[in-house]
Amino acid sequence: MCTTCGCGSDEVKIDGEHSHHDHDHVHADGTRHSHDHDHAPGAAHEHAHSHEHGHRYAPAHSHAPGMSTKRMVQIEQDILSKNNAYAAQNRRRLVERGIFALNLVSSPGSGKTTLLVKTIEMLKGRQQVTVIEGDQQTSQDADRIRATGARAVQINTGKGCHLDAHMVGHAMEKLELVEDSLLMIENVGNLVCPAAFDLGEAHKVVILSVTEGEDKPIKYPDMFRAADLMLMNKCDLLPHLSFSVAKAIEFARRVNPGIEVIEVSATSGAGMTDWLDWIERGAAGSRAQRRDAAAGIA
Amino acid sequence: MALAEGVLQLIEDAAHQQEFKKVTTVWLEIGQLSGVEIEAMSFCFDAVTRDSIAAGARLEIIALPGSGWCMACSETVPMTELFGECPQCGGYQLQVTGGTEMRVKELEVA
Repeated sequence: MCTTCGCGSDEVKIDGEHSHHDHDHVHADGTRHSHDHDHAPGAAHEHAHSHEHGHRYAPAHSHAPGMSTKRMVQIEQDILSKNNAYAAQNRRRLVERGIFALNLVSSPGSGKTTLLVKTIEMLKGRQQVTVIEGDQQTSQDADRIRATGARAVQINTGKGCHLDAHMVGHAMEKLELVEDSLLMIENVGNLVCPAAFDLGEAHKVVILSVTEGEDKPIKYPDMFRAADLMLMNKCDLLPHLSFSVAKAIEFARRVNPGIEVIEVSATSGAGMTDWLDWIERGAAGSRAQRRDAAAGIA
Repeated sequence: MALAEGVLQLIEDAAHQQEFKKVTTVWLEIGQLSGVEIEAMSFCFDAVTRDSIAAGARLEIIALPGSGWCMACSETVPMTELFGECPQCGGYQLQVTGGTEMRVKELEVA
């Protein structure tokens, strides 16, 4: 999480423009004290009751300076609940339009962008692909994607180390996504923080290149637990390495017994058809879901 | 840092809805398996809340123990580390059932 890496989320830019942020300000409007419990209208309350501690009932309407009017306020909300609400909104928009969205996560240098470029080229004529690129700086990756003819927006997270659902929601607006298309979100290269932030995707896909250690799944378990598919990339290099595929799969299944694994090489093309078939199956599912929903309404 | 900002956002939302203007204590429930570094959270919380309504507020962490369901043993067992082994059978077929919480529990406000 970002409590460990100390990143900040300001300075976010989408295709070079600042994304807007809403801030709630609390204005000091004199001392106000109440004896009742103010419940937030419309807020999701899971708590059974709220209570006060350290009551000091001052005479009504007296505003003695320095008087303590401490009270307790129950919150009972998950720290990530804001992000999760944005993610749910994104997911609803995607499902309504039959869009199959994947959140690609990995360490830097695992070959995500190369794999993505190859995937888009191979899907040409079969599946329309749109891409959201996340990096701290530069639009290099979005430029590489656009060179394939696919539409892409670049989110620069500035000091941030991950994409969050709010940024992705804005990027989706900008992209004007086409019904029944495929949305690939390339997250910031980082195996830690992106695990905790749901973007509204159908699946997280974690990419582990064979030039990394096979024990990465147990070193960064959160990410491998959050993912539904692990792509083992750069498999064309295996003859030159001591990397054990079996061991890597064993470690991945230790943290996530249900994770699927596909061995690929974006360079040689090995395994790419398995990966494309996996995408096709998911995309067909999203299309069917939209049609069923549409039929239900009609 | 993003988590500390998440905490502040929840506090500011609550302040807006329930009309308080100073927070003196914040209670967080943090599960043992949540991956949250308490030290880092305290540090970031102080940094993030500077100049906010929660400036100088005391941060109280309620640590919640980890637990999981062992498929082999068919029972709930205590867990001290995510993806660790079952203390009874040594297996790894554990489904985490508690200890991943990251919640703002309550606030003391003035």
